[in-house]
Amino acid sequence: MNLNFLEFEQPIAELEAKIEELRYMGNDTDINLSEEIARLEAKSEALTRSIFANLSAWQVAQLARHPQRPYTLDYLERIFTDFEELHGDRHFADDPAIVGGPARLDGRPVMVIGHQKGRDTKEKIHRNFGMPRPEGYRKAQRLMEMAERFRLPVLTFIDTPGAYPGIDAEERGQSEAIARNLFVQAGLKVPILCTVIGEGGSGGALAIGVGDRVQMLQYATYSVISPEGCASILWKSAEKASEAAEAMGITAPRLKELGLIDAVVEEPLGGAHRDYDQAAQNLKASLVEGLANLESMSVDKLLDSRRQRLRGFGNFKTR
Amino acid sequence: MSWFEKLMPSRIRTQGDRKRQVPEGLWTKCPECQSVLYRVDLERNLDVCPKCGHHFRIGARRRLDIFLDPEPREEIGAELEPVDVLKFKDSKKYKDRLSQAQKATGERDALVVMQGALKGMPLVACAFEFRFMGGSMGSVVGERFVRAVDVCLREAIPLVCFAASGGARMQEALFSLMQMAKTSAALRELSARGIPYVSVMTDPTMGGVSASLAMLGDINVAEPKALIGFAGPRVIEQTVRETLPEGFQRAEFLLEHGAVDLVIDRRQMRERLANLLGMLSHRPLS
Repeated sequence: MNLNFLEFEQPIAELEAKIEELRYMGNDTDINLSEEIARLEAKSEALTRSIFANLSAWQVAQLARHPQRPYTLDYLERIFTDFEELHGDRHFADDPAIVGGPARLDGRPVMVIGHQKGRDTKEKIHRNFGMPRPEGYRKAQRLMEMAERFRLPVLTFIDTPGAYPGIDAEERGQSEAIARNLFVQAGLKVPILCTVIGEGGSGGALAIGVGDRVQMLQYATYSVISPEGCASILWKSAEKASEAAEAMGITAPRLKELGLIDAVVEEPLGGAHRDYDQAAQNLKASLVEGLANLESMSVDKLLDSRRQRLRGFGNFKTR
Repeated sequence: MSWFEKLMPSRIRTQGDRKRQVPEGLWTKCPECQSVLYRVDLERNLDVCPKCGHHFRIGARRRLDIFLDPEPREEIGAELEPVDVLKFKDSKKYKDRLSQAQKATGERDALVVMQGALKGMPLVACAFEFRFMGGSMGSVVGERFVRAVDVCLREAIPLVCFAASGGARMQEALFSLMQMAKTSAALRELSARGIPYVSVMTDPTMGGVSASLAMLGDINVAEPKALIGFAGPRVIEQTVRETLPEGFQRAEFLLEHGAVDLVIDRRQMRERLANLLGMLSHRPLS
């Protein structure tokens, strides 16, 4: 079993391994294997297509956390130029679970802020698995206010299991840090465009997710609590995560249908991790387009429509 | 009703709303100091143990009743009711959980908003009903809170909120998460207009409620010993795999770490908030 592939990706992994093997053999021998390789490649594509056409919410949740999935910095280097990472909240520390700073998008300066996960064990620990502490949120707040001061639109990339549930985080006011960010973003006088690129984990995600336009990559998820957390509380068993994922409706198309997000950004066949460049290209196109729309509005109009948008969330009936 | 209660003269029997909170008996045991307390004494003392000062949890209506002046009082947003657009079902249907909670508490949802006065100063006060699905914040809670803010904006009067909540309401999934953004955005409008907002965190104030409207007070107040935090103690214990320090996430811990301005005893809440709000809104001394 290939650990870089999820369980439901294993049949694809096996085919890919076979193709690799044939390619390797082809280099060594005079026998022409290209026909056979082409046949297998077509088969692999068809298989991927059929598997990905019928993903359950739980499978999408696993894709959103795929160990090979591109993270904020992977997109940053492909979409932006001249990025300067700025560090620290000016009060306590720099939190590597959130990265941010000014960069250029097709030449025009913007402020980029995103969660950052680690790839190998060492980096995972360094980045705290993408779970920010209060200083991470306060750094984000500082950068947002800086963006407002210098009239830079804010682009955020959301990818976190949630805010860090630790003793130190509580001591330094995790709740207040998140709440303050919601408050600041509600009134920030520059456009805010948010994209969930992987896991949108609860308040820890929303803390950099209040904006004028919120979009999700096709296989990203966004939820009030992780499927496992929901299952262990409501079903009294984390085993029921797949049912919880289904019940909460955590996938991009479902949330678009419910009017909770504005757009779904298509991923390459088999998911963003199969083709970083293509995923980045799609994301870039959506950012350029989204930004153009937001920048055509006056500040007053922008704030008014953000206000309407935020006030509109919710379902209730009147007796 | 027990035979003993039937013997009691009616004027000292507990009645109506009060009765619902303590279904049986005239006596209550304080969980803190184990003293056996006469129910009437306890209530007269605003549900604070006269022996040790332990603050019992109280319902939303009673909370507003002991905080506001008797007159005037007008409820805001009572006509709003929850709906189950997701047809959410775990081990039980959300619809059934709702009607069960409604029956048990007599409330339509977990937040009660009342326009009234505090020592003659007009204001809006709201309180979470913890017995209604753990005081969880769903769409109705969010909308009622925003309507409370709107009355404050319209009449330029202060807002006081008594939080008691486990956090966001999972059964409303992402809609409930968005209530955090919705209520925080409304508070931003209030702040921009220079209208004071006092947030009182009572036991317990956790998760999405603490990480939005509850921590955004111009003045953040906590009731003594109230549990207040983002992540629940059990989740933290499982994450860090060590026992939590004594008094962790209690009101006094938050005061020590600079997260709240004041810890105020329930019996002084009216006095102290009237004093604070009077100064913030430039009311002359009466």
